[in-house]
Amino acid sequence: MTAELPPGLALQKVDERIMTLNVGPQHPGSGHMRIIVQIDGDYIVACDPDPGYVHRGEEKMAEYRNYITNIPHLERPVIHDSCNILYPYVLGVEELLGIEVPERAKYIRVIASELNRCIYTMYWLAIYGIFLGHSTMFMWPAGDRELLIDLMEKMSGARVTHAHFVPGGVRNDLPPNFEDVCLRQVNYFEKRIKEYAAIFYDNPILIARTEKTGILSRQDAIRLGTTGSVLRASGVDYDLRKKEPYDVYDELDFQTNVLKEGDSYARSKVPWLDMMESCRIIRHALEKMPKSGSVRVKLKPNPKGGDDSVYKRVESGRGSLGCYIVSDKKPEPYRVKLSVGSFRNLIALPYLLKGEKLGNMPSVYWSLNYWPVEADR
Amino acid sequence: MSEEKESIETTEKQASADKKPAATKEVDLPAFEKGIADKIVAKFGEKTKVAFVKPDRVRINVDKEDVHAVAEFIRDELNFDHAESVSGVDYPQDKEIEVVYHLGSYTDASLARQVLVLATRAPREENPIPGNDGTKLPSLRDIFYSVEFFEREVFEMLGVYFNGHPDNRRLLLPEDWADLPPLRKDFAIKGR
Repeated sequence: MTAELPPGLALQKVDERIMTLNVGPQHPGSGHMRIIVQIDGDYIVACDPDPGYVHRGEEKMAEYRNYITNIPHLERPVIHDSCNILYPYVLGVEELLGIEVPERAKYIRVIASELNRCIYTMYWLAIYGIFLGHSTMFMWPAGDRELLIDLMEKMSGARVTHAHFVPGGVRNDLPPNFEDVCLRQVNYFEKRIKEYAAIFYDNPILIARTEKTGILSRQDAIRLGTTGSVLRASGVDYDLRKKEPYDVYDELDFQTNVLKEGDSYARSKVPWLDMMESCRIIRHALEKMPKSGSVRVKLKPNPKGGDDSVYKRVESGRGSLGCYIVSDKKPEPYRVKLSVGSFRNLIALPYLLKGEKLGNMPSVYWSLNYWPVEADR
Repeated sequence: MSEEKESIETTEKQASADKKPAATKEVDLPAFEKGIADKIVAKFGEKTKVAFVKPDRVRINVDKEDVHAVAEFIRDELNFDHAESVSGVDYPQDKEIEVVYHLGSYTDASLARQVLVLATRAPREENPIPGNDGTKLPSLRDIFYSVEFFEREVFEMLGVYFNGHPDNRRLLLPEDWADLPPLRKDFAIKGR
């Protein structure tokens, strides 16, 4: 009987001391994925992440739809960060079709992308808080997030899954009076997230649980090809908004946050620091944005690319997000590949959990800023 | 697909408009990218083919016999240290499956904007038996550790087996998947 089981289900030889635990996929602490951990007493000796429970074949679906109808479904992997996951696709299609985007649209995109980064990070922070047993840290970000969701709703008409970016600009212009409301909300939001320091980041219980756990050294962060907050928490100053600025990021004033420790605490702090930079970017962009003008270049129906391929990448809430598009002179892309931050950071999980206590697993796992649905696509 | 006829004239006139601002801004940049391509060609000569040199992007096509050596050279001499993405692309008309590595660098500040595209091709089988047919490539996992999960994904999605990869198991697909590798072009979505 055992011989016919597929390899993943086959029974394994059991060491007397080692116990195998399946964490997930139903377990709320694992997200929509399974982590197979082997423990010796309280310590993890091996870990095998098993994603794929929410694989929806986005890349396959993209081959059957034209460049425009691909927009609503390609943002599904991260519905709270939908602007950022569409960003490289839209930039890639613009390069394939040779479209120049109006200046005002570029600023609107930057504002939307930063709002989305905060919305995503707040959601992640809420989950991170609740899995460390800190229920206030679940309620506060989940509530404050609404401020920015309201702004996105004003801008695009949808609370999540905005489908706001299109090749050639953005779908709609900003509603009247948006700038004032946005400035007020963002200023209040920034004041609020600074208060998180007192209840969360300076909290001795949090520090005791996360400091010096799951340490990822600088060399290993580079070798494993991690990205985003995981990379920057390990002392590598690499943010695509600075290193390869797209749209108008090179005209805006902000800095990147780099911490050297590389532990779970640093990894959980970098996204929070990034949110404050996002507020700065939004304020600066609102100030510099042209007050009027077109926000969208009109495309011909069913546009076609040449015989070409393009790889574009942006900095999303979870790190570098790349999109590789192969075009073969048809209205549909020949191949679309999304290289997402979550998938790239997952490789660090077995490495970090080895030798860690089982009780530290949630803090290490969620500190990777991992979103299972995005990793599976 | 009633729009098919209207779309015959594509937005070609916009293509020329796009080139101008990019050219004035990065007038000396393609020289840097050309330098990267030239170094690889100087070392490997006929074995490598430079497919394109664009601002920040260089693409090199190599045969599968040479991909390991070229990748090692790229890591050791050109300072690219991680893989951004590994994609498989199916070309049934050429009877080949292409695997494209997008390589980047964190350590070398001059390469921060660059993505080096390294592409190679494996023979494609009409009736694939993933892992037990001719669709095989050397794994680059011993050179770029970061390709580990990407290569597993390419294996299950296109059936390209990577020789030397320590862990050629399924990653995203269910364990009991018994159909064609789903990203092959002959795997059709129902109703499409």
